[in-house]
Amino acid sequence: MAAKAAAAPVAELTGPLAGLKEKFGEAVKPGDFEGVVINHDRLVEVATYIRDELGYDYLTSVTGVDYLAQNEMEVVYHVLNTRAGGAPLVFKARTPRENAVVPSLITVWPGADFQEREAWDLLGIKFEGHPYLKRILMWEGFSGHPLRKDWKEAYYEQDVKPFDSRWPGGHHRRAEDRVPYADNVNFPADFDPTVYTAQADAAVYERFKNYEVDERGQFVPKEAVKDENGNGKFQEYLETDELVVNLGPQHPSTHGVFRMVVALDGEKIMHLEPVMGYLHRNHEKIGERNTYIQNMPFTDRLDYLSSMSNNFGYALAVEKLMKVTPPERAEYIRVIMAELTRICNHVWAIGFLLNDLGAFFTPALYAIEERELILDLFEAVSGSRMMCNYFRFGGVARDLPVGWLETCRELVFNRLPKKVDELDYFLSENEIIRARCEGSGVLTGDDAVKYSTAGPVLRASGVAYDVRRAEPYSIYERFEFDVAVRNHGDVYDRYLIRLDEVRQSLRILQQALNQIPEKGEIQAGKKQYSARVPAGQAYGRVEGPKGELGFYVVSDGTANPYRYHIRAPSFINLTALGPMSVGQKIADAVIILGSIDIVLGETDR
Amino acid sequence: MSQAEPFPNDPMVPPELSSNVFISTIDKFYNWGRKRSMWPMMFGLACCAIEMICVAAGRYDLARFGAELMRPSPRQADLMIVSGTVTKKMVPTIVRLYNQMPEPKYVLSMGACATSGGPFKEGYNVVSGIDKFLPVDVYVPGCPPKPEALLQGLLKLFEKIEKQSIRDVAWYRKTAIEAVPVPVLGPDLIDMRRAMEIREMSQSPVEPAADPAQA
Ligand code: SF4
Repeated sequence: MAAKAAAAPVAELTGPLAGLKEKFGEAVKPGDFEGVVINHDRLVEVATYIRDELGYDYLTSVTGVDYLAQNEMEVVYHVLNTRAGGAPLVFKARTPRENAVVPSLITVWPGADFQEREAWDLLGIKFEGHPYLKRILMWEGFSGHPLRKDWKEAYYEQDVKPFDSRWPGGHHRRAEDRVPYADNVNFPADFDPTVYTAQADAAVYERFKNYEVDERGQFVPKEAVKDENGNGKFQEYLETDELVVNLGPQHPSTHGVFRMVVALDGEKIMHLEPVMGYLHRNHEKIGERNTYIQNMPFTDRLDYLSSMSNNFGYALAVEKLMKVTPPERAEYIRVIMAELTRICNHVWAIGFLLNDLGAFFTPALYAIEERELILDLFEAVSGSRMMCNYFRFGGVARDLPVGWLETCRELVFNRLPKKVDELDYFLSENEIIRARCEGSGVLTGDDAVKYSTAGPVLRASGVAYDVRRAEPYSIYERFEFDVAVRNHGDVYDRYLIRLDEVRQSLRILQQALNQIPEKGEIQAGKKQYSARVPAGQAYGRVEGPKGELGFYVVSDGTANPYRYHIRAPSFINLTALGPMSVGQKIADAVIILGSIDIVLGETDR
Repeated sequence: MSQAEPFPNDPMVPPELSSNVFISTIDKFYNWGRKRSMWPMMFGLACCAIEMICVAAGRYDLARFGAELMRPSPRQADLMIVSGTVTKKMVPTIVRLYNQMPEPKYVLSMGACATSGGPFKEGYNVVSGIDKFLPVDVYVPGCPPKPEALLQGLLKLFEKIEKQSIRDVAWYRKTAIEAVPVPVLGPDLIDMRRAMEIREMSQSPVEPAADPAQA
C-alpha cells in the first residue's frame, strides 16, 4: 500500500515491478511511494506491458495532483489484476505545470476515458491522443481549471480551514458582502456578456458528427444516414427519421440531474452521449481546504443513499496514513453498518429499476418500506437518517444505543430474508420484466473490465471481482460469503445480482451480529477534533453498493489533505452506458441506466 | 372550509339538506381547492430529493395533503420543490422549468443548499441559493430536512395560499407576468439581468467596500 512506502522511499523495485526496470531501463524509476514513475515518452508502451505481461487488466483510478511548489503535475494511475486480486499497482507520470501533457491511456484501458476528461477539466492536464478531450463536469467555455492550487473561486477566503475568524469585529460577514459581484462569480477582465456566445451545448453536439444545427436552431442530420434503398442505418424495412433527443437533465428516468443525448434512427439508438456535471459540487476542492475530519460529513453527500459506505472508504484511506486500527467492536459495527447500507441501496435500486420499467412506484413503495426500517437503525446510532457522519479515524463516533442490536437482529434474522424472498417471488419471474430485461443492454465480461465498470455491473457480466475478497479490508476475511456472479451481463442479470448481494449481505450480517463482542472500545486512542496525519499518500477502497469506491489522499503532514480524490463508481460505470445502449431501443436506454444504478452526488461529486 | 357556518333555515333549502349547504367566500373556496391539490413537479436535484421521495412514499404519505401527484412536466405542476444543491450548470434549466410552469406557481426551497448553498456554498460551481434567481415562498431548513420538516413547509405554504385573494393575485391581472431571464453559461454563470453591470465591472474592477467593523 502506498502509505507505508511514503515514509521510506523504495530504492529497489521488487515484486511485479522488478521486470519493468530491466525491460525499460531509465524510463521507469522507483518513486518515493510504493510504485514507479514512468517517463511520459514511453508511458503507453510501459502501460501495455503492465497490462499484458503483468496481468493488470483493470484501470481503477486516474487522477492528477498539482505540485505547485515543484512546478509539476503528476498523473497517478491505479491498476488492478481482476484475476489474482491483491493491492493495486500504482504508477505515475510527471509533467511540467504549464502545458501539462501526458499521452492518453485510452487505447490501453478504455476505462480511462471519463477520468482523463475529468483531469483535463479540473486540473488542465492534456491527454494526447484522447479522441474527445472536452470538459466533463464543468461546461465547455468555463474559465480556468479549478482544482489547480493557484485557481481561486469567488468566495475564496483562505487556503485552509479552520479560517482565522469568521467573526471579524465580532459579527458575521456574509460571503456576498466580501466579493465584487456580490455573488459567487468571477469574470475575466474585459468580458462582455452582451456579445458572448455560449459554447456549452455546441461542444456536446460536436460528438454527433453526422449532425448539425440548422438555421432554425434545430438539430438535423447533415446527410441522412441511409442506405441505397433510402432506409435508415438500423431499420431495414422501415422508412425512419433520424433525430437527436435530449433526456434530462430534468427527466424522471435519469435518477437525478443526468443528461443523455441520443441520436435516434426511428426508435433505435445510434449514439448516446452521457452529459454530467449538473450536480458537480466541488467536493474535491472543498475537501482540500477542510481538515481531515471535516471531510467526513462531506463524504456522506457523495452517494447519498449509502453514506455509511462512503464514510468507510474515507476512514480506511486516512487510517492507512495514520496507521491506526479500530478496536474489535468498532470493526464489527462498521461491517454491520456497511452491509445494512448495501441492503438499503440495493432494495432502493430494484424499486427504481421497476419504476423505469413502468411499474410505477408500486414495487418501490415496498422497497422503501424496508429502507425506512434500516434508516431508523441509522438514525438511532448517528442521529440522522441519511447523512450519518458516523465513522471516525480509528473507530466510530458513538457506541450502539441500548436495544439497538436486538432491533437489528429482529430485522436481519426474521424480517429482511422474508422480504427479499417476497420481492424475488413477485418480480423475478414476471413476464414483462423478463421480456424487457433479458438480453437488453448486454455487457460482456471483457468489455466490463475494459471500461473499468465496478460492483454489480462488473459481476453481472461474469467477473467475480469484489474488493471484500480481492483485497479484504476491515474484518471481511472472517466472514463466509459468496461473491455473487451472473453471466449474461444484461439488465435482467444486473437486477438479479442485486437480490443475490442482498442475500449475501444478510449472511455477513448474521455472522457479524452473532460474533460482535458485547462490550468494548469503539475508538482507538482518544477522540480528537483534528487528526494528525503523517505525510504520504494512500488509496483506501471499499466495495460500496455501487462498486469500488476509492479515496486517494495525499498528505503533506499538515492538518488538511493536500490532494483528495474520489474514485466514484457511479461516474466510471457510465463509461459503459454508451456502448451498452447503441443498437437498443430508446425505451431501453432508460432501463439500462436504471440497471447501472447511479447516484448523481457521486457521479458529479 | 372549517370556519364556514351551516346554512341557516332558509325556505329555499329543503330541511333535510340544510346541514349540507354551506356559505363561504369565494376566496376561501378557491384557496381551499388550490391548496388541497398542490401538485409538485417531479424534480429532484440532490440528496434532499431522496427525502422528498420518502415523503411521497408510504410512511409519510404526502397524499394526505393532496400533493402526491408529482408531475414530470412543468406544465402540470403548481409547486416546484427545489430539493438540493443548485449548481451553476443546472440553474439555466431550473429557471427555464420555472418559466414553463403555469401560474399560480410556488417555489419551496428544501434544505440548506437550495436556500443558501449550504455545505457547498464556497464551491465554484454552486449557486448560493435558488432565491438569487427565483422568488421563493417557503424555506425549509435542514441538511436534509427530515420528512416531517418538508411536510411542515408544505403546511406553511398552505397558510400562505389561504391569505391570497382572487381579487389581487397577479395571475388574474391584465399585465403579463414576466419570465425570469435564463442565465447563460459563460466563463462563469451570467445572470442576464446583470449583463450591463458585469460588462462595466469587468472593464473597471472595483473592490468591494471594506468591512465597516474591521476598519
Ligand atoms: S441541503 Fe444537505 S441534504 Fe440537501 S442537497 Fe444540500 S447537502 Fe444534500
